[in-house]
Amino acid sequence: MPAPLGGARAALAVRGLERSFGHVRALRGIDFALEAGDSLAVFGPNGAGKTTLLRILAGLLRPHKGEVLLDGAPLERTDAAHRRRVGLIAHYSLLYDGLTAAENLAFYARLYGLRDREALVTRALENVGLADRAGDAVGTFSRGMVQRMAIARALLHEPRIVLLDEPFSGLDQRAAATLRDLLMRLRAERRTMVLVTHNIDEGLELATHVAIQVAGRLAEFGPVAGDLAAYRARYAEATASRG
Amino acid sequence: MGELLRAAWAIAAKDVLLEFRSRTAFVSALVFTALVLAIFNFARDPTAVSAVDLAPGILWITFTFAAMLGLNRAFGLERENRALDGLLLSPASRTAIYLGKVLANLVFVGSVEAIALPLFALFFNVPILPVLGPLVLVIALATVGFVAVGTLMSSMAVNTRLAELMLPVLLLPFLVPPVTAAVQMTARLFAGRPFSEVSAWLRLLVGYDIVFVAACILFFESTIEE
Repeated sequence: MPAPLGGARAALAVRGLERSFGHVRALRGIDFALEAGDSLAVFGPNGAGKTTLLRILAGLLRPHKGEVLLDGAPLERTDAAHRRRVGLIAHYSLLYDGLTAAENLAFYARLYGLRDREALVTRALENVGLADRAGDAVGTFSRGMVQRMAIARALLHEPRIVLLDEPFSGLDQRAAATLRDLLMRLRAERRTMVLVTHNIDEGLELATHVAIQVAGRLAEFGPVAGDLAAYRARYAEATASRG
Repeated sequence: MGELLRAAWAIAAKDVLLEFRSRTAFVSALVFTALVLAIFNFARDPTAVSAVDLAPGILWITFTFAAMLGLNRAFGLERENRALDGLLLSPASRTAIYLGKVLANLVFVGSVEAIALPLFALFFNVPILPVLGPLVLVIALATVGFVAVGTLMSSMAVNTRLAELMLPVLLLPFLVPPVTAAVQMTARLFAGRPFSEVSAWLRLLVGYDIVFVAACILFFESTIEE
C-alpha cells in the first residue's frame, strides 16, 4: 500500500529511502510524512529494518537512495542546526559508565551549547526520577535506571523530533509508567515522535499514526484507525504475506 | 570557532576525567615503560655499545609503544554503550570531536612521557638536563605528529573486531618519518652536537605535523560516518 506524502512543509518526511548492508536490503523504498505533533509507531518483526530507518532519521546513517526532509529541508547530516532538533532514545544508552548521572548530562549539555546547565541537569534528573542518584556513576545503575538516564539525555536539549527505538524494552513497571507519562507529555507539547517497537499495545497507546514495516518496506501507513485486535490481525497478515 | 573549541574542550575534559577515574591505560603505559627501560638496561652490553648511542632508539621505542596503549583507548571509550553515537548526534562538528580526542591523547601521552623521561635518564645515565629545552621541543613535535595520526587510526580501528591489533598495523608505517626524525635529533642532542645540525630533521618534523594534522582533520569525518 503506497504511503501518502504530506505537504512540502511536513515536520518530518522521508522519500524513497533505501539502504543496504552488503547484499542485505534493509530498506526498500520507504515513504511517509508527519506533521508537527504527529506520533508514528512503526511495528515490525526483528530484521524488518526499523532500527536502520531510525538511524537514518537521526542522521547517524547515510541512505543509499532517497532523502529525509525536516520542515521541508533535506537533512544535512553535518548541519548542527538539524541535529539540535532531533533526540534519539536508542537500544544503547550512549552514556559513559565511569561518569556520574549529573556529569553525563552536563557533558551533553555542554556539547549542545545549553545555558544554565546545572539547573537543566537537575530538572532533567527530576523528570526521570533520578535526582537522588545524581552523584552516582551510571555504571552502578540498573537497566531501568540506565534507560531513564538515556531518556533524560535524549530530551535534554528539548528536541522537536524525538526518535525512540524499543524504549520500553527492559523496563520495570515503574520505569515504563514514567516513560509513558513523559511520552504523553511530549505528545501534548506537539513534538513529532517516531517510535519503533514490536509491542503493538504500547505503540498504539502513544501513536497518532501507525506503520507496519516488513522486510524493509512499509506494508501499511496511516492515522490510527481501529482497535488493538484489528491491528494485531493486520500485523499478522502483513508479516505472514511479506516476511 | 568558539563552538568548535568549546566542544573539543568538553570532549577532551570528559576523556581525561574518565581516564583519571579508571587509570587503567595510564598505569598500563607506565608499567610498560618501566619494564621496557629495565629490560633494555639489563640486556645491553655497555662494553659493546655506549648508552648514549643506544639511548635515543630505546627512548623512542618506549614512547611510541606506550603511546599506542593510550591511542587504543581514545575511541575504545566511545564503544561502551555506543557513546560515539551520542557525539555524532550532537551539534559538535566532526572536527571538534577529532580535536577533543587529540587533546585528550596529548595529555595522556605527554603525562606518560613526563614520567618516562626521568626514568630513562636514571636507567641509562644519560645527561638530559643540559639538553632539556631542545629535547622537550623534539618530544613535543614528534608527539603532536604521532598523536594526530594515531587518533585518526584509532577511529578507524575501533569498529574492527581486533581493534587493539589493528591500530599498530595501521599506525606504525605512518610513524616512520616522525620517529626517525626524533631519534636522529635526540642522538645528536645527546652527543652534544649543536642544535643547528638538526635543523633539517626539525623541518621534517614540523612539516609532518602541519601536513598530517590538516590531513587527519579532513579525513576524520569519512572514517567515522556510516
